[in-house]
Amino acid sequence: MSPLHLCLAFSSLLFAVGLTGALSRGSSILVLLGLELMLNAANLNFIAFWRFGPAGSPATGVVFVLFSIAVAAAEAAVGLALIISLYRNQRNIRLPEATRLKG
Amino acid sequence: MIPTPAQVWLIPCLPLLAAGLGAVTPRRGRRLAAAAAILGMLGALVLSGFALCGALAAPSVHAFSNFDWFALGDGAVRLGWLLDPLSALLCAMVSLVGVLIFVFSLGYMDEDPNFTRFFCFLSLFASAMLCVVLANSLLLLFIGWEVMGLASYLLIGFWFHKPAAAAAAKKAFIVTRIGDLGLLLGMVWLYSATGSLLFYDGGRGVLEAGVLGGLAAPGLAGGLAASTGIGLLVFCGAAGKSGQFPLHVWLPDAMEGPTPVSALIHAATMVAAGVFLIARMFPLFSADLALPSVPVHALTVVAGIGAITALLGAAIAVAQQDLKRVLAFSTISQLGYMMLALGVGSWVAAIFHLLTHAFFKALLFLSAGSVIHATHHEQDIRRLGGLRGPMRTTFATFAVGMMALAGVPFLFSGFWSKEAILRAASGWTVSSLPLYAGLAGVVLTAFYMTRLLCGVFGGEARSPAAAHAHESPATITVPLVVLSIGSIGLGFLGTPAWPWLQSQLTGERIPSRPLLEGGGLTVLSIVLVATGLGAGWALYARRGRATAGDKDPLEAAAPGIFAFLGARMKIDEAYAATVGRLCSLSAAFADFLDRRVWGGLVAALGKLGEGAGSLNSGADEAGINAAFDAVTRGLRRTGRAYSKAQTGEAQGYLRALAVAFVVLALLALFGGLR
Repeated sequence: MSPLHLCLAFSSLLFAVGLTGALSRGSSILVLLGLELMLNAANLNFIAFWRFGPAGSPATGVVFVLFSIAVAAAEAAVGLALIISLYRNQRNIRLPEATRLKG
Repeated sequence: MIPTPAQVWLIPCLPLLAAGLGAVTPRRGRRLAAAAAILGMLGALVLSGFALCGALAAPSVHAFSNFDWFALGDGAVRLGWLLDPLSALLCAMVSLVGVLIFVFSLGYMDEDPNFTRFFCFLSLFASAMLCVVLANSLLLLFIGWEVMGLASYLLIGFWFHKPAAAAAAKKAFIVTRIGDLGLLLGMVWLYSATGSLLFYDGGRGVLEAGVLGGLAAPGLAGGLAASTGIGLLVFCGAAGKSGQFPLHVWLPDAMEGPTPVSALIHAATMVAAGVFLIARMFPLFSADLALPSVPVHALTVVAGIGAITALLGAAIAVAQQDLKRVLAFSTISQLGYMMLALGVGSWVAAIFHLLTHAFFKALLFLSAGSVIHATHHEQDIRRLGGLRGPMRTTFATFAVGMMALAGVPFLFSGFWSKEAILRAASGWTVSSLPLYAGLAGVVLTAFYMTRLLCGVFGGEARSPAAAHAHESPATITVPLVVLSIGSIGLGFLGTPAWPWLQSQLTGERIPSRPLLEGGGLTVLSIVLVATGLGAGWALYARRGRATAGDKDPLEAAAPGIFAFLGARMKIDEAYAATVGRLCSLSAAFADFLDRRVWGGLVAALGKLGEGAGSLNSGADEAGINAAFDAVTRGLRRTGRAYSKAQTGEAQGYLRALAVAFVVLALLALFGGLR
């Protein structure tokens, strides 16, 4: 396996772990953790394709990922704020119980 | 076996591994977590011992090893490790004190259910601290610096179920973050001015003459040099971490953490990191001294803040009633002394005091921990007392630490390092005020330590907990004995007659001078120590309080001043009334904008739409309604059927999304759908 394949296999594994977490856990903090893991798997792919793929501009991959990390930080802040307001509304943070938007 | 600079990364790595192991150990794996932490620290101690031998063999060399962290465009971000007597001495001190405190924690935290988590955090802290002292790059130092801040936050809030501990952890994190913002800005400025953050880099590092020459030119408004501005910003970070005057408020509250944490982080190592940072960057701080016409020198500010802190901390310590808070304010005051020494230009005296202080203050805190352990978490000196008999070892070690801190002449290490600082201050040409502040601090220090010793160990037991105290187990007393040996012996490494430490740190041979050099000053400070001890003895030992309700003799004499000092000079209240008030006011303003102004605007637009809609509906109801009713009824029925799928469970949607994606991916792979 080439380094690219190794990276991709690793990031798929990371993505699968994140997806499993996001789908199977009840606590919204753990779901958020799962989302972050999936995001990092995507970041890893960016870096891997930039490093091992066809030569592009020298900093594309890194800058892309730096942006993506910054956006992820903002997303985490919004997510935690959502969790806090969820807690204020239903006195717990269990996602399966947050079904007020039911049709 | 002597590690080269390229191998010193192993030293912080070992505790980091132990922390990782501790993080995945289940709660019942107490032995495993503790053994990993102690072994990691012992490994670091052995390696830093070898590193110290290597560094002392060639004291004037700054051996470094730099490497690329990551490449960005054409440049690269570089980090590095540095091995010189300063970093090696600090490294050895941190790992030695660390090992002793880890062993102490075995006994102290024995009954805590979160024992493994505690050792995990302690190892994480030790790793970050070792990274700070060994870094050859301001960036690497900053990384360790912030991890230390995190570990400090986690450990102050270790008993987070106590609201006071959670609040103290938050306060420590936020207050030090204010200082760290300054450090970060200074770092950015330094990088934009020089293009490098490495300390030593074969002539291109920021602490080397070629680069410093450019930084120390008066190029800013008002004739300030860039190095002055950078120095002051870096000093902000150091002041936050080291509890200097405007930012000292977090350190007393940090005593909510377990006592080994107070000893390791908030007395011996982390709070000294600010002093270390300035000592490390001393060439940068002193670069503007050659410019005669600048409005202010960076070091003058350092000396001023240090002198204020030394005096203020000592004064507040006199009126505290909590055993650990007295020691916390004493730490603030001693850190002020170190800053003062740096400011007056003697970084060697500052590091000497840092090393001796680390030993005797860790000793004092651990002895206090032994007392707290024995009395089931009684920390109020009004409710202690009479422990001299039942806790002989703890009493002896506490007394050694107390005499070292007070600066009892000749035998104790604190005397020699304090003398070195006072001598440096007396030689400062800019002002004599720091010297007077230092001398006043000497009296106060001797006084409040005598008060503390008499309050805890003297007299009669003033509560059932104190009356039933027993000596602590050997895991607690053995580290105390080792630390007291260090508190006595370490002073002899830096006496004027044999200035070994000074010559090693500077890399130059410093001639030996008479033991009582600068005789008048030494005699004066011995007299001041005797005054403080005598006054404390007269007030607290001869007629100490008999019951917990008795008034403090000072309180009876001057209730106003005592209450003012007891309330920590109302500085926390002043911050709450100014900075805190400003924050809540601006938050309230933003809330007002959100709810009233923007919310009102949106609501008005909504009302407008509603009005137009009702006008429309009036026309519709009467006119073209009936035909549509039949159609919409059908639509509504379908909609209701579809809305069954809308369960409102976010994870259900996500699951459907994942399944659909997998189906699409399979189709793309095997179905030829491209």
